[in-house]
Amino acid sequence: MSAETIVNLSYIVAAILFVFGIKMLGKADTAKRGNLLSSLGMLLAVVVTLLNKGLDFPLVIGALALGAGIGFVAAKRVQMTGMPELVALFNGFGGLASLLVGWAEYHRAIHPASIIEQALRAEVPSFTAAVTVLAIVIGGITFTGSMYAWGKLSGKLGGRALSFAGQKTLNALLALGIVASGVVFSISPTAELAYCLLLTVIVLSLLLGIFAVMPIGGGDMPVVISLLNSCSGLAACAAGFVINNNVLVVAGCLVGASGLILTVIMCKAMNRTLKNVLFSGFGATTQVSSGESSGELKPISPEDAYYILEAAKNVIIIPGYGMAVAQAQHAVKELGELLEANDCEVRYAIHPVAGRMPGHMNVLLAEADVPYEQLVEMDDVNPTIEMVDVAIVIGANDVVNPAAANDESSPIYGMPIIEAHKAKTTFCLKRGKGAGFSGLENQLFTAPNTRMLYGDAKATVTNLVAQFKES
Amino acid sequence: MELILLLFIFVLAAFLGFELIAKVPSQLHTPLMSGSNAISGITVVGAILAVHNDSSGLSVWLGFAAIVLATINVVGGYMVTDRMLGMFKKKGK
Repeated sequence: MSAETIVNLSYIVAAILFVFGIKMLGKADTAKRGNLLSSLGMLLAVVVTLLNKGLDFPLVIGALALGAGIGFVAAKRVQMTGMPELVALFNGFGGLASLLVGWAEYHRAIHPASIIEQALRAEVPSFTAAVTVLAIVIGGITFTGSMYAWGKLSGKLGGRALSFAGQKTLNALLALGIVASGVVFSISPTAELAYCLLLTVIVLSLLLGIFAVMPIGGGDMPVVISLLNSCSGLAACAAGFVINNNVLVVAGCLVGASGLILTVIMCKAMNRTLKNVLFSGFGATTQVSSGESSGELKPISPEDAYYILEAAKNVIIIPGYGMAVAQAQHAVKELGELLEANDCEVRYAIHPVAGRMPGHMNVLLAEADVPYEQLVEMDDVNPTIEMVDVAIVIGANDVVNPAAANDESSPIYGMPIIEAHKAKTTFCLKRGKGAGFSGLENQLFTAPNTRMLYGDAKATVTNLVAQFKES
Repeated sequence: MELILLLFIFVLAAFLGFELIAKVPSQLHTPLMSGSNAISGITVVGAILAVHNDSSGLSVWLGFAAIVLATINVVGGYMVTDRMLGMFKKKGK
């Protein structure tokens, strides 16, 4: 068997491992093993690639070690609450890598290092040029788009959607510029001007990534990251066409297709369409007030809150991003245990998109050792919510906003919510009087049976825990 | 012929990708996203091949940067996914 055959057979094995990996990641009990399988596939693909002749070994190994080190440290050090941002960041790096591969391959084709090849004057077929452009465009948009999403999620850029007049026109112009430069480049990839055109494509793609994500509100970032993840797969796939490599095509395409499906599933969980997420400028609209809210926020002291909780027989806790920021999950779990000891039924109601990513809250509560059985989904809570004595909303906002159910002018109208406003009493833990991540006012806070517990979520919950312990 | 084969693979992989994920519980959305994001780091293979002895200066360094970035994506992606999934272990069973 020739070396090439061995390499290609190994790539097939790697592809099979990826398929099984993705399949198993979709089920709770096999997910961890699925991830392991796909990482084995990746290891196999990389090791086998190193068997190629003529690689610049010291550089390759150095780069692999450097990247592995950075990735390892980042993954080890990140707080559970910082996961979403990190995924966005990694995803952006993957996109940029595909862009660089496309660029490097083109540069190599027109600047061969050896004299013999230079005499032959490299030919770049139009198809290769076209997929190079694709790898660069998709990779570039993925990179800056992911970076922008990372900035929004980590609070470095405002979470609110930004839109300005002529934004859609600008995006359309950028896209047109990319298509025009890309087409002309592909027709004559070795012409004098071709390199300039390619650099133009690179710059325009990077700009488009930023301006495409800019008008999307922070609350929709999970969907955006999922879509960009799908894109980074397609970028890798295009890079595979550039260098005629089957494992890149298969793996990239698998990620592209499955990522797209996942994006649609996420949108469905929010009861929105992908088009609506991407183009509606969600959260940038100024809200028409429906005149229903009295505008009166009724604060309550932790002492009074304790007396109400102490008498409660049925409590649901509705966590949101505020709990993640305050790192309050351990205190919350302690409060839950004390309530149970006090003969009260405690459940945690998890909205599908609470936090900054689907499953965000499940991860945090699991980290705090909250029993799996106490986590209930939105659809299981809502039918019996009128029986609940106290609903404690900890740093959740949009996912409990009644406007989604009854205010047709609201941008989040139609999104299923946890109907906390129907509980007998609702406590909302909030740092200040600001609006939620989507930038919307929340009618729940002014509802007649709602009491506001201002302050840092962790401090407030710890205070309640202390009172329970003293009694 | 090579190209036709690649396109063939591409189309089949697309269908497979669409079929692989049907019903995913919402708590697995994030790990799934993170896990498939790690797979998209497969571009590291292309990056390695770009750092070739017959590449001239710029392509070597572009390739070098691509390897570093893609490896961060791969190693970090798999580890973060593993950490997330480690949280979902059912306690006390």
